[in-house]
Amino acid sequence: MTPQSMTTAALPTPAPATDLGHRREITSEPAWVRKTLIGTALTFLTLFLFVPLISVFYEALKKGVDAYLAAITEPDAVAAIQLTLTAAAIAVPVNLVFGVAAAWAIAKFEFRGKSLLITLIDLPFSVSPVVSGLIYVLVFGLQGWLGPWLAEYDIKIIFAVPGIVLATIFVTVPFIARELIPLMQAQGSEEEEAAVVLGANGWQTFFRVTLPNIKWGLLYGTILCNARAMGEFGAVSVVSGHIRGSTNTLPLHVEILYNEYNFAAAFAVASLLALLALVTLALKTLVEFRNRQQENIDEH
Amino acid sequence: MSIEVRNLVKRFGSFVALKNVDLEVRSGELLALLGPSGSGKTTLLRVIAGLEVADSGQVLFEGEDATQQHVRERRVGFVFQHYALFRNMTIFENVAFGLRVRPKPQRPSDADIRRRVQDLLKLVQLDWLAERHPHQLSGGQRQRVALARALAVEPKVLLLDEPFGALDAKVRKELRAWLRRLHDEIHITSVFVTHDQEEALEVADRVVVMNEGRIEQIGTPDEVYEQPASPFVYEFLGKVNLFHGRLHQGRARIGGIEIDAPDHSEAEEQPAVAYVRPHDIHVDRVIHDGGALAAHVFHILSVGPIVRLELTRDDGDAQDLIEVEITKERFRELQLAQGDQVYIKPFRLDLFPQSVEEPVH
Amino acid sequence: MRALRQHSVLPGFNLALGFTLLYLSLIVLIPLSAAFIRTSALTWPEFWDAVTTPRVLASYRLTFGASFAAAVVNAIFGLLVAWVLVRYRFPGKKLVDALVDLPFALPTAVAGIALTALYAGNGWIGQFFEPIGVKIAFTPIGVFIALTFIGLPFVVRTVQPVLEDLEPELEEAAATLGANRLQTFSRVILPVLLPALMTGFALAFARAIGEYGSVIFIAGNMPMISEITPLLIITKLEQYDYAGATALAVVMLVISFLMLLIINVLQWWSRRRTSAI
Repeated sequence: MTPQSMTTAALPTPAPATDLGHRREITSEPAWVRKTLIGTALTFLTLFLFVPLISVFYEALKKGVDAYLAAITEPDAVAAIQLTLTAAAIAVPVNLVFGVAAAWAIAKFEFRGKSLLITLIDLPFSVSPVVSGLIYVLVFGLQGWLGPWLAEYDIKIIFAVPGIVLATIFVTVPFIARELIPLMQAQGSEEEEAAVVLGANGWQTFFRVTLPNIKWGLLYGTILCNARAMGEFGAVSVVSGHIRGSTNTLPLHVEILYNEYNFAAAFAVASLLALLALVTLALKTLVEFRNRQQENIDEH
Repeated sequence: MSIEVRNLVKRFGSFVALKNVDLEVRSGELLALLGPSGSGKTTLLRVIAGLEVADSGQVLFEGEDATQQHVRERRVGFVFQHYALFRNMTIFENVAFGLRVRPKPQRPSDADIRRRVQDLLKLVQLDWLAERHPHQLSGGQRQRVALARALAVEPKVLLLDEPFGALDAKVRKELRAWLRRLHDEIHITSVFVTHDQEEALEVADRVVVMNEGRIEQIGTPDEVYEQPASPFVYEFLGKVNLFHGRLHQGRARIGGIEIDAPDHSEAEEQPAVAYVRPHDIHVDRVIHDGGALAAHVFHILSVGPIVRLELTRDDGDAQDLIEVEITKERFRELQLAQGDQVYIKPFRLDLFPQSVEEPVH
Repeated sequence: MRALRQHSVLPGFNLALGFTLLYLSLIVLIPLSAAFIRTSALTWPEFWDAVTTPRVLASYRLTFGASFAAAVVNAIFGLLVAWVLVRYRFPGKKLVDALVDLPFALPTAVAGIALTALYAGNGWIGQFFEPIGVKIAFTPIGVFIALTFIGLPFVVRTVQPVLEDLEPELEEAAATLGANRLQTFSRVILPVLLPALMTGFALAFARAIGEYGSVIFIAGNMPMISEITPLLIITKLEQYDYAGATALAVVMLVISFLMLLIINVLQWWSRRRTSAI
């Protein structure tokens, strides 16, 4: 049993839309029904997706391009961008290594407790972001398990960058593993076995045979992992301490500006994150397309 | 290079895949492991390769114990059932892989690799496809690439798992003949797994018939076909009719027929089953000496030089059809039609006594 | 003792599994256990009091009520969107399909301020409701709107692949047997989609319960009225009430585990249902 998780990474990739243009009368609906359904669906999506997205850019540019540029280039914003990039630059590679290791163990070997392990990997998806942050406070905070010891050596984790990085790692643990496990399970172990019979050692087998076969899935997981790492709010908010210019990530900076009623600046910074989301979606669509191409080839 | 397998036992959970298997593969021969699915043939092949580790027993290459040797050091060529070609590499790179992953000191130069791969691709008649990717090849071509790739590392033995299993009937036949010719050319000790008796009998020097984790019989194709050692081998290799009868002091009685059975002289009214091939039954319109079984013609199938008759025994269950093969010449002589009365008599059969507790299926 | 794993010639099992377990322990399991162990310092009555004050109970009602309502809306409209995306052709379909995942990709804080701006009394959408006396932002309705947004892709993305794999023969068979389209949908298609639909619903519901970033901007965060449970945890934390915050976190965690279990069962059911066809 392979339980699926609770966000994007887990959801099955939509297959290519089949051409149903020639569907016969009996298995389709009258034109007016079709139009009503399409209309209703699009209205819903417009209200809940497109309008909010557009409004971000509208509000960001409301006070002109100069104000926009000023908002995203002022020192606190730049510091927030740097911190966000730093956190992602640590969290994503770490979870990449974890994802590959976990998928290798789970997909290529049979052992007891496997389905429990898969559920454990999914766990961070089902934990509230706030709780995700809280548990690190309980371990590393002043009142926490390691608090007194850390204070003695003057090591700050909570309300400092290490805490932000840890919380980011926690919420993005499952992304890459979840993408790779089903992919590597579907591909089986025959090619790897063939490589070993031909004399390849473990690393040669992995880098020459396995990695090229999973590269699109790996990229897909990495993109999603990165989006979440850069956009995480709740967990990071709990451990951050909201110190401007030092422990503020981009999403936290948005909150601070917003709470100061500096709406234009808040939306300007938010628009950067919205752009990140659009780039993520574009890359994701592209990777899905390439992935499908590869699948079609493999089925040949 | 000879292979010897001693007392192999392999379990998967509670399922016993190999039960004390002993086998000797002679140097330079082409051996078939034949059996139904679940008979342990693929497991045996994988244990020989080192892809599976047996729970107990030994594998010896040329008399030397290789049981503890890693698959990487065994120098076996293994051809996987679904080829397992590296999909991200060209055909050339697939074949070159085994040479490229060698440690620096043993690795041939690029020019050497190029030459050897080209030679191998020529050997399997695919040198013109070197730059293609596996998905651009047909099943038969992929199979040959897999073979070339296995041979590239100059293995001491060649192991093939259902080498033609995934191919359609026509390509299968061609490749079969081609593999036989190739083996005659390079004479590498080879073992292949198959569930197709025709394939085993046609290609192999010797055939190992396996069933439920045990070896039932080892012999040349002629031996296993003509002198099956067990009811299982009889039924697995070719069509066979079963006649139930009794053994008594060196005589067998089946319906109205009595036959000498010198091997069973001490039997006392013991139930037995006679196994008879369809072409080992004499058919006539009249009873000759020594008795015969009365039957009716149920169906006639006439294809090519052989005519296949399906008969129902007059004294038996109408569901139990007896298959008989006669020549077209004989068929014309008898002028048989559906529903005709005939008399049949097996002229060659094998008797397997049946103990009451353990009925033969 | 039986071997932990079956033999394989592939290397790296010990390294890969060892690293996986170590990593999960350090990053996930030990911190999570901290919440439970810290709570065990409380006596049962203390714990019970901490998680059942009127303010906390009000936050449960809002969190679960709004999450449930949002998941219901997402189940209905998610099914509709999936149906339209799989069955019909219209201009811009590929773009729409790609943008359905926006709530996954858009940071929650961005969604939060955008929705707040839209549904405030002077916002693009809020201005139409203000005159008729309906306030959306800074009320429980706002919470519901935010939770609908973040749960939107779940149902679409669980139903879509099942709908794509549905054989046309099934519907043709129903038609030849005399069923009209509505009967075919309700008796043939819907039962096949049901497990996926329920899974999507459960995923959206579970996500909504824990959601924080998109809600706090639009909710107004008035105690007893528009305060969600995750926010209450943060409030307690800011008041240095670690025990209270942790007790609430434990309640949330237990609910998360329960949802995870339910989702696993639903997915198992879904797979069985689809493979049985």
